[in-house]
Amino acid sequence: MIVETGHYALVLALALALAQFAIPFAGARLNDTALMGVARPAALAQFFFVALSYGALTYAHVTSDFSLLNVIENSHSLKPFIYKISGVWGNHEGSMLLWVLVLSLCGALIALFSASMSERLRADALAVQGLLGAAFLLFILLTSNPFARVAPAPWEGRDLNPILQDPGLAIHPPLLYVGYVGFSIVFSFAAAALIGGRIDAAWARVVRPWTLFAWTALTLGIAMGSYWAYYTLGWGGFWFWDPVENASLMPWIAGTALLHSAAVMEKREALKVWTIFLSILAFSLSLLGTFLVRSGVLTSVHAFASDPDRGVFILAILVFFIGGALALFAARAASLPIGGLFAPISREGALVVNNLLLSACCATVVIGTLYPLALEALTGEKISVGAPFFNTVLIPIFLPLALLMPIGQMLAWKRGDLKAALQRLRVAFLVGVLAAAALGASYGAPFLSVATGGIAVYLVVGALSDLALRVFARASSARAVFARLRGLPLSVFGTSVAHAGVGLALLGLAATGWGVETIVAMKPLTFYDIGPYQIGIESISPRQGPNYAETYAVMAVRKDGATLAKIEPAKRFYPARRMARTEAGIVTLGLGQVYAAIGESHEDGTIDARLYWKPLVTLIWIGALVMAFGGALSLADRRLRIGAARRAPAPALEPAE
Amino acid sequence: MSGDLRFDKSPKPLTLPLPVFTGRGVIGVSSMRLALWRGAGRFLSPLAGRGKVRGLGVCLPLASLLLFLLPLAAGAVTPGEKLDDPALEARARTITNELRCLVCQNQSVDDSDAPLAKDLRLLVREKLKEGLSDAETREFVHARYGDFVLLRPPFKPGTFLLWTAPLLALLAGAAAVWTATRRRRIFAPPAALTAEERARLDGLGVGRFDDSESRE
Repeated sequence: MIVETGHYALVLALALALAQFAIPFAGARLNDTALMGVARPAALAQFFFVALSYGALTYAHVTSDFSLLNVIENSHSLKPFIYKISGVWGNHEGSMLLWVLVLSLCGALIALFSASMSERLRADALAVQGLLGAAFLLFILLTSNPFARVAPAPWEGRDLNPILQDPGLAIHPPLLYVGYVGFSIVFSFAAAALIGGRIDAAWARVVRPWTLFAWTALTLGIAMGSYWAYYTLGWGGFWFWDPVENASLMPWIAGTALLHSAAVMEKREALKVWTIFLSILAFSLSLLGTFLVRSGVLTSVHAFASDPDRGVFILAILVFFIGGALALFAARAASLPIGGLFAPISREGALVVNNLLLSACCATVVIGTLYPLALEALTGEKISVGAPFFNTVLIPIFLPLALLMPIGQMLAWKRGDLKAALQRLRVAFLVGVLAAAALGASYGAPFLSVATGGIAVYLVVGALSDLALRVFARASSARAVFARLRGLPLSVFGTSVAHAGVGLALLGLAATGWGVETIVAMKPLTFYDIGPYQIGIESISPRQGPNYAETYAVMAVRKDGATLAKIEPAKRFYPARRMARTEAGIVTLGLGQVYAAIGESHEDGTIDARLYWKPLVTLIWIGALVMAFGGALSLADRRLRIGAARRAPAPALEPAE
Repeated sequence: MSGDLRFDKSPKPLTLPLPVFTGRGVIGVSSMRLALWRGAGRFLSPLAGRGKVRGLGVCLPLASLLLFLLPLAAGAVTPGEKLDDPALEARARTITNELRCLVCQNQSVDDSDAPLAKDLRLLVREKLKEGLSDAETREFVHARYGDFVLLRPPFKPGTFLLWTAPLLALLAGAAAVWTATRRRRIFAPPAALTAEERARLDGLGVGRFDDSESRE
């Protein structure tokens, strides 16, 4: 009964989504406040019913209702409780339902936090959001129904894929989806602005917090996913340039560019057309990612062709929304008024360069991801585009971007002084060079790691020295410093912190070049050198988990004879799916990690093992966390929160335009 | 930004477990695995495919094949495979790291447990021991398995656009900026203060206007 209620709630949500589109949209055209007023309650009600439906599916999973196909295929009565909850989205149908849940949540958020915007903009934005919701609800109901029943019901389910039975599944997808789908808000506002024909700094002020919100969540989601891969895979890889990962990276890069161009638009009313375009692009790439991941096109072009209903449906959604938005853009963009003017050497100019480089990165990832599919579809030729390609072409774009970041931060709006900016960065340059020398001396080759490490340190120091200069430069007293500190908007801190986070992550990435690996058949009680540490097996024993059996080794990590930590790498076997999975043993020492995984054991008592010392590796994720924290700081900025500009202290000081 | 920055001498990681598990991110995990397991599921039980046995896609043979290879397969490079000469072994790792495991989802030969990947690892090591150069070894594998085996796509007419894409994107972007500059004159220095404004400014008694203070 509960399951049917959930199914029915989904149908109701579809009806509400259609109402949320049609009525306010008509209202905005007819200038009818009552009709436009339908948008908010409809969005809230749509969210309510999707949530109800989602709750019903969760209920079926938690109670192991094996009359549901979705539960049979992805659950098992012995599965730990947390995975019964997170297992809801660990499959196609459930994850699409989560997608729609987040989409309707976005609509509800617009409805709740849009007091300060014009009624018409809100009505149009919610109408677009409603149309998006309707399309995806229809997709679920027609091609991916999670509530399909089976009779007779089997006694037991087939269990969730073991690799998904991990706390990572509980955190990663919701965050990723909030980010991914969060860009729908920006998309809807862009479409609404194009429909309404009014695009100004006020629009940018409305949109920027949502961009920040989605970007912050996406940053955390991607970082979480990469750490999950890192500790699950048994060899510590954290990014593979897999199409599926690229699917989340593409909107992230576009979102990063959008964040910066929206800042220009908000401050200076410049780059309007471009900002609108990026708003459309960010969510379009989310849609493209959804298509790549959900249609089966990645497995093989032929698999897509042989089971096309889902793929074609998403493709239709994709074409309709992206095409529609771009058509609207093409029709309206030319009529947009010219924004503020600025000199090439200025904060705006620097942000244009930032957008140029980020767009090139984004285009490269998109093309690299789609190229093999397109080539195979067109010529039948099969090629692979893997990590070596992406690293080769993206590093030369990204490193200059990293070099330019602090310089851009140092430039004034409108007209900057490059020489002065470089002078302000001399400390950062110096520290960067010294850091590169120190890293080179302690870790040595490869050169790329040394150079990247130096740039990373320069980036951190440069980002923070902007903050320091604003607070301390020519300050007469501690009180003056404090007053300036209080006077600085939070978004300034946000910028510096987020840029420093990029530097930290970059340092972590550079340090992958200094990792140490040993592949060895380990004898118990014998210690093996790994970087500055020694690892030895103390015991190997079997153990029974709730729905798996495992063999685990207790390893001691030593330095100079003293035991620093014990780790327990394990090999698990899940009988329900007859699948094995490794659990790495990891210990964090300083900023680096010792990482061990075990494999086959042999008759002579040895066991195959992979041992790694990964210096500074935690910085990759710490950096991402710091970036997200910077995003959150900016989001907390009062000006963004209340959606109104704070007047500059003395407006008369602004040079005339 | 660039994930696994694989620098020349970076020691190459391996996977212990299963060829299918490239487990990255749930979208990835679910989709890819879903495709595979859905296929496998169909094979195993008529329940799968929502109550009806759906068209057996191309992925099915692959999926079921992998399913049976999976359990208990030992991990990628095993201690037994390694060459005695560390320099030669390092060269082998660099090469296999850029070869695709042909029966896996986006895994390198170096990372994979599939028997075919193991064969390729042994093949590469054998060729290196025979004294072939890195390029010759790579070419040997390329000639046998085609472009698909190379994770770094070869530069040829079919991939010309791929390799030049970043540069073209940069140039197109730069051209767009340039055009916008010409047409809309977005790059224009702000007008200097008029005498009147200057006088008002002086009247405020706040000293000289400093650009650096107006950064926010």
